[in-house]
Amino acid sequence: MAMLLRLDEAIAELVGDGDVVALEGFTHLIPVAAGHEIIRARRRDLTLCRMTPDIVYDQLIGAGCARKLVFSWGGNPGVGSLHRFRDAVQHDWPVPLEIEEHSHAGMANRYVAGASGLPFAVLRGYLGTDLPAQTPNIKTIECPFTGERLAAVPALNPDVGIVHAQRADRAGNVQLWGITGVQKETVLASARSLVTVEEIVDELEPVPGAIVLPGWAVTAVAHVPGGSHPSYAQGYSERDNTAYQQWDPIGRDRERFTEWLRASVFEEAGA
Amino acid sequence: MSYTTDEMMTVAAARALRDGSACFVGIGQPSAAANLARRTHAPDLVLVYESGTLGAKPDRLPLSIGDGILAETADAVVSVPEIFNYWLQPGRIDVGFLGGAQIDRFGNINTTVIGGYAEPKVRLPGAGGAPEIATSCREVFVVMRHNPRAFVAAVDFVTSLGYGRDGEQRDALRPLGKGPTRVMTDLGVLEPDPDTHELTLTALNPGVEVEQVRAATGWELRLAEEITVQDPPTETELSTLRALKEAS
Repeated sequence: MAMLLRLDEAIAELVGDGDVVALEGFTHLIPVAAGHEIIRARRRDLTLCRMTPDIVYDQLIGAGCARKLVFSWGGNPGVGSLHRFRDAVQHDWPVPLEIEEHSHAGMANRYVAGASGLPFAVLRGYLGTDLPAQTPNIKTIECPFTGERLAAVPALNPDVGIVHAQRADRAGNVQLWGITGVQKETVLASARSLVTVEEIVDELEPVPGAIVLPGWAVTAVAHVPGGSHPSYAQGYSERDNTAYQQWDPIGRDRERFTEWLRASVFEEAGA
Repeated sequence: MSYTTDEMMTVAAARALRDGSACFVGIGQPSAAANLARRTHAPDLVLVYESGTLGAKPDRLPLSIGDGILAETADAVVSVPEIFNYWLQPGRIDVGFLGGAQIDRFGNINTTVIGGYAEPKVRLPGAGGAPEIATSCREVFVVMRHNPRAFVAAVDFVTSLGYGRDGEQRDALRPLGKGPTRVMTDLGVLEPDPDTHELTLTALNPGVEVEQVRAATGWELRLAEEITVQDPPTETELSTLRALKEAS
């Protein structure tokens, strides 16, 4: 049965310096508040994994929490580049950032292998691209039955997997719906998992298309209403597109970013 | 009705989509074109987004590939592993719609880095779903603004395979799909030569001269034997496209 914890307790307990941490959510249900708590807890040397690092990863990288980023598409969707990410890759600010890069299909299959307890995943992918030359984590194998040459990627098994969901019951059974991305695989692939939720209810009412993560497969649940803002939680909130646009000038400038970090992340903690 | 060169590009891309086909859609110009097609000549076009929405029917342009309007209007919403493994990988999707920062004369696309990988001049977003869209869809349409920085002799990094660095690599690797068959720009249309696979000018947008396209292309652009001129956008196409944009 999952523990019901406060967000700060959950991050303190689950995330340590040097951990491999995945915060997932494909545009929808991004665990932004949990990312901010990791910044407040001043975690360092993390290997951050995420298919689509967007503004919360830009913030984690700019705050100096990450040593390495494992990803498949890094950008501010519909707006442009991630400038803290670019500054780290191009100028080592505030610390150098190692990168390991995949395609979406490759990353998704790394989580599937991790959730399945297999050492690697096989896919028809990366064909003719320059990506395999940049990482030892994309290799070619031959199908033992047909001889077809296919791509292989190793399982991704984070120390901690963090996702946001619509709701949980008091036993920590988690229910999420809408675009569910790679969240189920992330939770099942990770040694420890945290789910932040909009609402804690007595009983989970069925919802069309919903998936349920049983409480015994989740380490901790934290009640964090609005915890995916400026992303959204279908049925609870709308995506705050303006916030994504407003991030661009903040992320572009080291001083503005540092001021944003002080006012919006660290002072928020004392509030 | 007057129109912009971007509108002409989007309209041309929309016209290329056949009714009843399934299209794997990226955000931006491809999404605008696919939604325009569904609102005009192709009401049964199936829109597939990498967020896992199959058969999305948005009444405005989604602002991201995971916009709530896509999930709310889809025939089915599946997980991200499922969209890539069950729907894209086996070759179920007719058309993949891609854009990029660079495309080269053999249709290879770069969305990873400008300059060297270790010390990039510009770090771009990366691959996303594109490498497998480029090889698993039956064919690929590309929509990109035409300028010499984007249309280069050889891309700095192959994120998504066209016909390979030498124009022949694709044949050797034998992916499921044919590869890029049409590149639609704000100046005209390039298509691969049937023998060499080199992108060749086959159509001009109204009012555009061949010399303009040559000047905007970073290699010695070859011309097809017959170059057609595309019809300008109709009033219906323009008003539908503008209404879709305004609604979002």
